[in-house]
Amino acid sequence: MELQVQHALNWIEKTNEKIQTNKDYLSALDRAIGDGDHGLNMARGFQEAVGKTTSSSYTSVSDIFKDVAMTLMSKVGGASGPLYGTAFLKMSMAVKGEDSVSHERFTKGVEEAINGIIQRGKAKEGDKTLLDVWTPVLRMLQEQSDFEADSLENTAKSAMESTKDVMAIKGRAAYLKERSIGHLDPGSVSSYYLFASLAEVLKEGE
Amino acid sequence: MSHVGIVLISHSSKVVEGIKDIIRQVVHDVPVEVAGGTDDNDIGTSVEKVQGAIERAYSEKGVLLFFDLGSARMNAEVAIELSEYDNIKIADVPLLEGSYVGAVESGMGKSLEEVLESAKSVLNPNH
Ligand SMILES: Nc1ncnc2c1ncn2[C@@H]1O[C@H](COP(=O)(O)OP(=O)(O)O)[C@@H](O)[C@H]1O
Ligand SMILES: [Mg+2]
Repeated sequence: MELQVQHALNWIEKTNEKIQTNKDYLSALDRAIGDGDHGLNMARGFQEAVGKTTSSSYTSVSDIFKDVAMTLMSKVGGASGPLYGTAFLKMSMAVKGEDSVSHERFTKGVEEAINGIIQRGKAKEGDKTLLDVWTPVLRMLQEQSDFEADSLENTAKSAMESTKDVMAIKGRAAYLKERSIGHLDPGSVSSYYLFASLAEVLKEGE
Repeated sequence: MSHVGIVLISHSSKVVEGIKDIIRQVVHDVPVEVAGGTDDNDIGTSVEKVQGAIERAYSEKGVLLFFDLGSARMNAEVAIELSEYDNIKIADVPLLEGSYVGAVESGMGKSLEEVLESAKSVLNPNH
Protein backbone atom coordinates (compact mmCIF):
# COMPACT_ATOMS: atom_id res chain seq x y z
CA MET A 1 0.00 0.00 0.00
CA GLU A 2 1.07 3.58 -0.67
CA LEU A 3 -0.08 6.71 1.14
CA GLN A 4 -2.22 8.90 -1.11
CA VAL A 5 -3.39 12.47 -0.58
CA GLN A 6 -6.69 11.26 0.90
CA HIS A 7 -4.88 9.00 3.39
CA ALA A 8 -2.72 11.88 4.57
CA LEU A 9 -5.78 14.12 4.99
CA ASN A 10 -7.56 11.38 6.98
CA TRP A 11 -4.44 10.91 9.10
CA ILE A 12 -4.42 14.54 10.17
CA GLU A 13 -8.17 14.54 10.83
CA LYS A 14 -8.08 11.37 12.92
CA THR A 15 -5.14 12.69 14.89
CA ASN A 16 -7.05 15.86 15.57
CA GLU A 17 -10.10 13.87 16.73
CA LYS A 18 -8.01 11.87 19.20
CA ILE A 19 -6.31 15.00 20.48
CA GLN A 20 -9.58 16.89 20.93
CA THR A 21 -11.09 13.89 22.76
CA ASN A 22 -8.05 13.56 25.02
CA LYS A 23 -7.23 17.25 25.39
CA ASP A 24 -7.85 17.32 29.15
CA TYR A 25 -5.97 14.06 29.66
CA LEU A 26 -2.91 15.42 27.84
CA SER A 27 -3.01 18.61 29.89
CA ALA A 28 -3.38 16.61 33.11
CA LEU A 29 -0.28 14.58 32.18
CA ASP A 30 1.58 17.83 31.54
CA ARG A 31 0.32 19.28 34.83
CA ALA A 32 2.04 16.43 36.68
CA ILE A 33 5.51 17.06 35.22
CA GLY A 34 5.27 20.30 33.24
CA ASP A 35 3.12 23.40 32.95
CA GLY A 36 -0.19 21.75 32.11
CA ASP A 37 -0.71 23.10 28.59
CA HIS A 38 0.13 20.17 26.30
CA GLY A 39 -3.52 19.29 25.62
CA LEU A 40 -4.38 22.90 24.91
CA ASN A 41 -1.32 23.38 22.70
CA MET A 42 -1.95 20.27 20.62
CA ALA A 43 -5.71 20.85 20.43
CA ARG A 44 -5.20 24.38 19.17
CA GLY A 45 -2.48 23.37 16.72
CA PHE A 46 -4.27 20.39 15.17
CA GLN A 47 -7.63 22.17 15.04
CA GLU A 48 -5.98 24.93 13.02
CA ALA A 49 -4.13 22.38 10.91
CA VAL A 50 -7.35 20.56 10.03
CA GLY A 51 -8.98 23.92 9.33
CA LYS A 52 -6.22 24.55 6.82
CA THR A 53 -6.14 21.10 5.20
CA THR A 54 -9.93 20.78 4.85
CA SER A 55 -10.22 24.19 3.20
CA SER A 56 -7.42 23.59 0.68
CA SER A 57 -7.09 21.20 -2.24
CA TYR A 58 -3.96 19.14 -2.63
CA THR A 59 -2.17 17.22 -5.32
CA SER A 60 0.63 15.92 -3.11
CA VAL A 61 1.13 14.48 0.36
CA SER A 62 4.18 16.71 0.67
CA ASP A 63 2.07 19.89 0.49
CA ILE A 64 -0.30 18.59 3.17
CA PHE A 65 2.59 17.90 5.53
CA LYS A 66 4.02 21.32 4.79
CA ASP A 67 0.79 23.13 5.66
CA VAL A 68 0.48 21.09 8.85
CA ALA A 69 4.08 21.98 9.73
CA MET A 70 3.65 25.70 9.22
CA THR A 71 0.37 25.76 11.14
CA LEU A 72 1.78 23.86 14.11
CA MET A 73 4.87 26.07 14.23
CA SER A 74 2.86 29.27 14.30
CA LYS A 75 -0.12 28.25 16.44
CA VAL A 76 1.06 25.94 19.19
CA GLY A 77 3.03 28.17 21.56
CA GLY A 78 4.88 25.49 23.56
CA ALA A 79 7.81 23.23 22.73
CA SER A 80 5.54 20.80 20.90
CA GLY A 81 4.94 23.45 18.19
CA PRO A 82 8.47 23.75 16.82
CA LEU A 83 9.07 20.03 17.47
CA TYR A 84 6.02 18.60 15.67
CA GLY A 85 6.29 21.44 13.16
CA THR A 86 9.87 20.53 12.33
CA ALA A 87 8.93 16.83 12.15
CA PHE A 88 6.19 17.49 9.58
CA LEU A 89 8.39 19.89 7.64
CA LYS A 90 11.14 17.24 7.33
CA MET A 91 8.59 14.59 6.33
CA SER A 92 7.23 17.01 3.75
CA MET A 93 10.69 17.46 2.26
CA ALA A 94 11.40 13.72 2.29
CA VAL A 95 8.27 12.83 0.29
CA LYS A 96 8.44 15.79 -2.08
CA GLY A 97 8.02 14.97 -5.75
CA GLU A 98 6.15 11.70 -5.12
CA ASP A 99 2.49 11.37 -6.13
CA SER A 100 1.95 8.76 -3.46
CA VAL A 101 4.25 7.76 -0.66
CA SER A 102 5.72 4.26 -0.50
CA HIS A 103 6.59 2.51 2.74
CA GLU A 104 10.24 3.12 1.99
CA ARG A 105 9.76 6.87 1.40
CA PHE A 106 7.64 7.20 4.49
CA THR A 107 10.29 5.44 6.56
CA LYS A 108 12.83 7.91 5.21
CA GLY A 109 10.47 10.72 6.15
CA VAL A 110 10.21 9.51 9.75
CA GLU A 111 13.99 9.24 9.92
CA GLU A 112 14.36 12.83 8.68
CA ALA A 113 11.66 13.97 11.11
CA ILE A 114 13.60 12.44 13.99
CA ASN A 115 16.79 14.15 12.84
CA GLY A 116 14.87 17.42 12.82
CA ILE A 117 13.47 16.83 16.31
CA ILE A 118 16.97 16.08 17.59
CA GLN A 119 18.44 19.14 15.89
CA ARG A 120 15.70 21.32 17.38
CA GLY A 121 15.47 19.95 20.90
CA LYS A 122 18.91 18.38 21.47
CA ALA A 123 17.30 15.37 23.14
CA LYS A 124 18.10 11.71 22.55
CA GLU A 125 16.14 8.50 22.97
CA GLY A 126 15.56 7.78 26.67
CA ASP A 127 15.32 11.44 27.73
CA LYS A 128 11.54 11.05 28.27
CA THR A 129 10.47 13.08 25.26
CA LEU A 130 8.39 12.30 22.20
CA LEU A 131 11.55 10.85 20.65
CA ASP A 132 10.94 7.82 22.89
CA VAL A 133 7.94 7.01 20.68
CA TRP A 134 9.26 8.21 17.32
CA THR A 135 12.52 6.26 17.51
CA PRO A 136 11.05 2.78 18.23
CA VAL A 137 8.47 3.46 15.49
CA LEU A 138 11.29 4.21 13.06
CA ARG A 139 13.12 1.00 14.02
CA MET A 140 9.93 -0.95 13.44
CA LEU A 141 9.38 0.67 10.04
CA GLN A 142 12.97 -0.08 9.03
CA GLU A 143 12.52 -3.76 9.89
CA GLN A 144 9.50 -4.10 7.63
CA SER A 145 9.03 -3.71 3.90
CA ASP A 146 5.38 -2.69 3.91
CA PHE A 147 2.99 -0.84 6.21
CA GLU A 148 1.68 -3.01 9.04
CA ALA A 149 -1.05 -1.26 10.94
CA ASP A 150 -1.14 -3.52 13.99
CA SER A 151 2.55 -3.47 14.70
CA LEU A 152 2.61 0.30 14.20
CA GLU A 153 -0.14 0.74 16.80
CA ASN A 154 1.46 -1.77 19.20
CA THR A 155 4.97 -0.39 18.89
CA ALA A 156 3.84 3.20 19.47
CA LYS A 157 1.66 2.16 22.40
CA SER A 158 4.27 0.19 24.30
CA ALA A 159 6.89 2.86 23.60
CA MET A 160 4.54 5.48 25.01
CA GLU A 161 3.81 3.36 28.09
CA SER A 162 7.49 2.80 28.78
CA THR A 163 8.13 6.55 29.23
CA LYS A 164 6.49 6.22 32.64
CA ASP A 165 9.47 4.63 34.40
CA VAL A 166 12.03 7.00 32.95
CA MET A 167 13.54 10.18 34.40
CA ALA A 168 13.24 13.27 32.22
CA ILE A 169 16.50 14.70 30.89
CA LYS A 170 15.06 17.22 28.40
CA GLY A 171 12.09 19.54 28.31
CA ARG A 172 10.35 21.18 31.21
CA ALA A 173 9.95 17.88 33.10
CA ALA A 174 13.75 17.70 33.41
CA TYR A 175 13.59 20.38 36.12
CA LEU A 176 11.83 17.80 38.33
CA LYS A 177 14.67 15.26 37.99
CA GLU A 178 13.67 11.97 39.73
CA ARG A 179 10.23 13.34 40.58
CA SER A 180 9.42 12.97 36.87
CA ILE A 181 9.60 9.18 37.25
CA GLY A 182 6.20 7.46 37.48
CA HIS A 183 4.46 9.78 35.01
CA LEU A 184 3.89 9.32 31.29
CA ASP A 185 5.55 11.86 29.01
CA PRO A 186 2.74 14.01 27.54
CA GLY A 187 4.47 14.46 24.19
CA SER A 188 4.91 10.70 23.89
CA VAL A 189 1.20 10.21 24.47
CA SER A 190 0.29 12.72 21.75
CA SER A 191 2.81 11.03 19.44
CA TYR A 192 1.09 7.72 20.20
CA TYR A 193 -2.22 9.29 19.05
CA LEU A 194 -0.48 10.40 15.87
CA PHE A 195 0.79 6.92 15.00
CA ALA A 196 -2.37 5.15 16.22
CA SER A 197 -4.32 7.40 13.84
CA LEU A 198 -2.00 6.45 11.00
CA ALA A 199 -2.57 2.78 11.85
CA GLU A 200 -6.33 3.33 11.57
CA VAL A 201 -5.92 5.01 8.19
CA LEU A 202 -3.79 2.10 6.99
CA LYS A 203 -6.41 -0.41 8.14
CA GLU A 204 -9.17 1.39 6.29
CA GLY A 205 -6.99 1.46 3.18
CA GLU A 206 -6.30 -2.26 3.19
CA MET B 1 25.27 54.75 12.47
CA SER B 2 23.25 51.56 12.49
CA HIS B 3 23.12 49.23 15.47
CA VAL B 4 22.75 45.52 16.02
CA GLY B 5 19.06 44.96 16.72
CA ILE B 6 17.95 43.26 19.93
CA VAL B 7 14.94 40.93 20.08
CA LEU B 8 13.58 39.79 23.45
CA ILE B 9 11.60 36.52 23.43
CA SER B 10 9.70 35.34 26.48
CA HIS B 11 6.75 33.14 27.38
CA SER B 12 5.20 36.25 28.91
CA SER B 13 4.75 39.64 27.25
CA LYS B 14 5.06 41.29 30.67
CA VAL B 15 8.58 39.91 31.07
CA VAL B 16 9.87 41.35 27.81
CA GLU B 17 8.03 44.65 28.18
CA GLY B 18 9.63 45.05 31.61
CA ILE B 19 13.10 44.21 30.34
CA LYS B 20 12.68 46.61 27.46
CA ASP B 21 11.79 49.38 29.96
CA ILE B 22 14.96 48.63 31.90
CA ILE B 23 17.09 48.76 28.74
CA ARG B 24 15.41 51.96 27.48
CA GLN B 25 16.46 53.81 30.61
CA VAL B 26 20.04 53.69 29.38
CA VAL B 27 20.04 52.74 25.70
CA HIS B 28 18.04 54.83 23.25
CA ASP B 29 19.18 54.38 19.67
CA VAL B 30 19.36 50.58 19.53
CA PRO B 31 16.34 48.81 18.05
CA VAL B 32 14.83 46.70 20.85
CA GLU B 33 11.79 44.64 19.86
CA VAL B 34 9.76 42.18 21.90
CA ALA B 35 8.06 38.86 21.14
CA GLY B 36 6.22 37.87 24.32
CA GLY B 37 3.44 35.29 24.68
CA THR B 38 1.54 33.36 22.03
CA ASP B 39 -0.56 34.77 19.19
CA ASP B 40 -3.48 34.87 21.63
CA ASN B 41 -1.29 36.44 24.33
CA ASP B 42 -1.34 33.28 26.41
CA ILE B 43 1.82 32.03 28.08
CA GLY B 44 4.10 30.60 25.39
CA THR B 45 5.97 31.87 22.36
CA SER B 46 5.02 32.48 18.76
CA VAL B 47 7.17 32.07 15.66
CA GLU B 48 5.13 34.78 13.97
CA LYS B 49 5.79 37.24 16.77
CA VAL B 50 9.50 36.45 16.64
CA GLN B 51 9.52 36.93 12.87
CA GLY B 52 7.78 40.30 13.24
CA ALA B 53 10.21 41.43 15.92
CA ILE B 54 13.18 40.43 13.74
CA GLU B 55 11.77 42.47 10.84
CA ARG B 56 11.29 45.54 13.03
CA ALA B 57 14.68 45.26 14.74
CA TYR B 58 16.62 44.50 11.58
CA SER B 59 19.57 46.59 10.48
CA GLU B 60 22.42 45.60 8.15
CA LYS B 61 24.48 44.93 11.27
CA GLY B 62 22.19 42.06 12.11
CA VAL B 63 19.97 41.03 15.00
CA LEU B 64 20.67 39.20 18.24
CA LEU B 65 17.86 37.17 19.82
CA PHE B 66 17.51 36.56 23.56
CA PHE B 67 15.09 33.97 25.00
CA ASP B 68 13.88 32.70 28.37
CA LEU B 69 13.02 28.95 28.38
CA GLY B 70 13.88 26.07 26.02
CA SER B 71 10.83 26.16 23.79
CA ALA B 72 11.36 29.90 23.18
CA ARG B 73 14.77 28.96 21.83
CA MET B 74 13.25 26.41 19.47
CA ASN B 75 10.82 28.99 18.11
CA ALA B 76 13.69 31.46 17.75
CA GLU B 77 15.58 28.89 15.65
CA VAL B 78 12.54 28.25 13.48
CA ALA B 79 12.10 31.99 12.91
CA ILE B 80 15.74 32.31 11.83
CA GLU B 81 15.46 29.36 9.44
CA LEU B 82 12.34 30.88 7.89
CA SER B 83 13.93 34.32 7.48
CA GLU B 84 16.03 35.36 4.51
CA TYR B 85 18.75 36.99 6.58
CA ASP B 86 22.00 35.29 7.48
CA ASN B 87 23.15 37.76 10.14
CA ILE B 88 20.81 36.75 12.92
CA LYS B 89 22.08 34.94 15.99
CA ILE B 90 20.75 33.56 19.25
CA ALA B 91 22.45 34.41 22.54
CA ASP B 92 22.30 31.46 24.93
CA VAL B 93 22.55 33.62 28.06
CA PRO B 94 20.23 34.81 30.85
CA LEU B 95 17.55 36.93 29.18
CA LEU B 96 17.63 40.01 31.40
CA GLU B 97 21.33 40.34 32.11
CA GLY B 98 22.42 39.25 28.65
CA SER B 99 20.10 41.53 26.70
CA TYR B 100 20.96 44.50 28.93
CA VAL B 101 24.69 44.08 28.37
CA GLY B 102 24.11 43.34 24.68
CA ALA B 103 22.02 46.46 24.18
CA VAL B 104 24.67 48.63 25.85
CA GLU B 105 27.38 47.18 23.60
CA SER B 106 25.22 47.54 20.53
CA GLY B 107 24.76 51.20 21.46
CA MET B 108 28.54 51.58 21.19
CA GLY B 109 28.32 50.53 17.56
CA LYS B 110 29.81 47.07 18.05
CA SER B 111 29.39 44.23 15.55
CA LEU B 112 27.01 41.28 15.95
CA GLU B 113 29.87 39.00 17.06
CA GLU B 114 31.13 41.54 19.59
CA VAL B 115 27.67 42.09 21.03
CA LEU B 116 27.19 38.33 21.32
CA GLU B 117 30.55 37.89 23.06
CA SER B 118 29.84 40.64 25.58
CA ALA B 119 26.38 39.19 26.28
CA LYS B 120 28.05 35.85 27.02
CA SER B 121 30.33 37.56 29.54
CA VAL B 122 27.39 37.75 31.97
CA LEU B 123 27.82 33.99 32.43
CA ASN B 124 31.24 34.70 33.93
CA PRO B 125 30.85 37.86 36.03
CA ASN B 126 34.48 37.93 37.18
CA HIS B 127 35.53 38.99 33.73
N1 LIG C 1 14.03 19.35 23.97
C1 LIG C 1 13.04 18.53 23.62
N2 LIG C 1 13.24 17.54 22.70
C2 LIG C 1 12.24 16.70 22.35
N3 LIG C 1 10.99 16.76 22.87
C3 LIG C 1 10.74 17.70 23.80
C4 LIG C 1 11.73 18.62 24.23
N4 LIG C 1 11.17 19.45 25.15
C5 LIG C 1 9.89 19.05 25.28
N5 LIG C 1 9.61 18.00 24.48
C6 LIG C 1 8.33 17.29 24.32
O1 LIG C 1 7.29 18.26 24.39
C7 LIG C 1 6.33 17.89 25.36
C8 LIG C 1 5.76 19.11 26.05
O2 LIG C 1 5.06 19.88 25.11
P1 LIG C 1 4.27 21.20 25.53
O3 LIG C 1 3.68 21.02 26.88
O4 LIG C 1 3.32 21.49 24.43
O5 LIG C 1 5.40 22.32 25.55
P2 LIG C 1 6.07 23.11 26.81
O6 LIG C 1 7.00 22.15 27.43
O7 LIG C 1 6.75 24.26 26.17
O8 LIG C 1 4.94 23.50 27.71
C9 LIG C 1 7.08 16.97 26.31
O9 LIG C 1 6.19 16.03 26.91
C10 LIG C 1 8.11 16.29 25.43
O10 LIG C 1 7.63 15.09 24.84
MG1 LIG D 1 3.64 22.16 28.54
